[in-house]
Amino acid sequence: MSRLFMFEKPLGMRDTLPELYEKKHFVRSLMEEVIKQWGYTFIETPTLEYYETVGAASAILDQQLFKLLDREGHTLVLRPDMTAPIARVAASKLLKDDFPLRIAYLANVFRAQQREGGRPAEFEQIGIECINDDTISSDGEVIALMVSSLKQAGLEHFQISIGHIAFVQELLLQILGTEERANVLRKFLYEKNYVGYKEHVNSLALSSIDKQRLLDFLDLRGGEEVIEKALDIVENERGKEAILQLKELWDVVNDYGEQDQIKFDFTIVSHMSYYTGVLFEVYAGNVGFPIGNGGRYGLLEKFGKTASATGFAVRVDRLLEALGEMKGAAPVQCIIFSQERRKEAFKLAKTMHEKEIRVVLQDINGVKNLDAYTHKFKNTTYLLGKEPAND
Amino acid sequence: MTNWLTIAMPKGRIFEEAAELLRKAGYKLPPEFDENRKLIIDVESEGLRFILAKPMDVPTYVEHGVADLGIAGKDVTLEEERDVYELLDLQISHCYLAVAGMPGTNMNDVAPKVATKYPNVAAAYFREQGEQVEIIKLNGSIELAPMIGLSDRIVDIVSTGRTLVENGLVEYERIIDVTSRLIVNPVSYRIKDEPISELVARLSKVVAWEGR
Repeated sequence: MSRLFMFEKPLGMRDTLPELYEKKHFVRSLMEEVIKQWGYTFIETPTLEYYETVGAASAILDQQLFKLLDREGHTLVLRPDMTAPIARVAASKLLKDDFPLRIAYLANVFRAQQREGGRPAEFEQIGIECINDDTISSDGEVIALMVSSLKQAGLEHFQISIGHIAFVQELLLQILGTEERANVLRKFLYEKNYVGYKEHVNSLALSSIDKQRLLDFLDLRGGEEVIEKALDIVENERGKEAILQLKELWDVVNDYGEQDQIKFDFTIVSHMSYYTGVLFEVYAGNVGFPIGNGGRYGLLEKFGKTASATGFAVRVDRLLEALGEMKGAAPVQCIIFSQERRKEAFKLAKTMHEKEIRVVLQDINGVKNLDAYTHKFKNTTYLLGKEPAND
Repeated sequence: MTNWLTIAMPKGRIFEEAAELLRKAGYKLPPEFDENRKLIIDVESEGLRFILAKPMDVPTYVEHGVADLGIAGKDVTLEEERDVYELLDLQISHCYLAVAGMPGTNMNDVAPKVATKYPNVAAAYFREQGEQVEIIKLNGSIELAPMIGLSDRIVDIVSTGRTLVENGLVEYERIIDVTSRLIVNPVSYRIKDEPISELVARLSKVVAWEGR
């Protein structure tokens, strides 16, 4: 390996400079406020977790985990997502009473990137988990809150596509009979290789009706009308139940008045293997990657509790990209003082701070090029030399 | 521009066939389309913007979402493994990936070497065969490698086999058949689903008709 430059950072790690920090903070606080209004409470969990517990539960690919060893020789990971740590906390500490639990977080997660090292390997997620409530109402709440908080953050054009993992499972299993055969097709879906999927379907020894059902499945995308089409394709009870859940979810989101951004997409599958029911992704037109995702999962079982939960996570960096140009930081003023009028300067600054005006106090002796320096500020006040006599 | 579709087209060999396919699907592309030196061509009447890219780069443009769709060979999508939907086999530019080398030779036991423009595909293929080989990445004139002793084998795209024959090489194994695919960005696939579905439907019809 070539020698590192002194200024280099590990691959995929980024500095947040003042301007970006302000924007991030602004967006973050808007979303945070909405989430708090809905009664969710924020928590923090450690950056490091055990590889064997949270690392294994997280469903992020092994090669994407940052691993290190502690002094006892246990493998640790930098948390690759927040869902698994929160499931751990909920199962071990918070879920004492059998009540629904509403938890939110704002945290950096870490995922090593294979390709094009500049992609962020550490990024901020804001999200919620509604734990121990099996109702579709809670799935609807998660989606409605996501829509509401994204709107509050200033995002105008976005779309949420909702699917149901049980529908895919049931459809494939019912037609193909065995898990093994279903897995072959599922892999094509994960890889988004529809050409391969179709070729494989056509090569199978199935009735033409069943083949057509498997092919029609790829078109199950759109508005409310897709529900009917989906009911035509799946035959068994559990598959139908998944559809009815989505139908109910549609009604719930409708009652929230947030249905405009919603579409169905039964073809959504996730490499996150812990999803058990409704799952969704959020897209904003000008960003090539989903800006957030979520769904219902049974992750708490891995930590010894038989509760299911539902939640969303939004990537703050991609949300910022989607928001585009935003108003920058609040303007900053400057007071240049000399020793003689130092006290006056401090007093002035204090009154300005009380009015929430941002102001820099700068000793004139600390600046070499005064003109260039003061140019950076919206306003500069000079308090220099002897105080002018009061006439 | 919000409802426009941006399509990344591969420059060179596949371009003409792809353009012809689009014309057959009823998209009115201007005649100068084919001889254009421009990198971006807008077809206002159809609401289509074409960007002309190196074939190997098409999936990159699509993955990042600067192009909604792209036309790329299966060889390229296999090599690049980008997170894009592969929606349609366009059944154009038929060819295949193959292992070739000088006639009557074996792989070197001590230091087997394979030269290729497709290091990922080649590495995966030999790994599946249980062989550990050194992959040498070249950017063109791959046939040269075994002729001058840089490698024992090459992994390359073969369409007629003429280049191999002219350089005295023979084909040893066929890896996979290759045709061009229509690929789509996952976000565009959802947000612009209507125009994309229409394009896919129109192209599928042509593909089915051609292949009847």
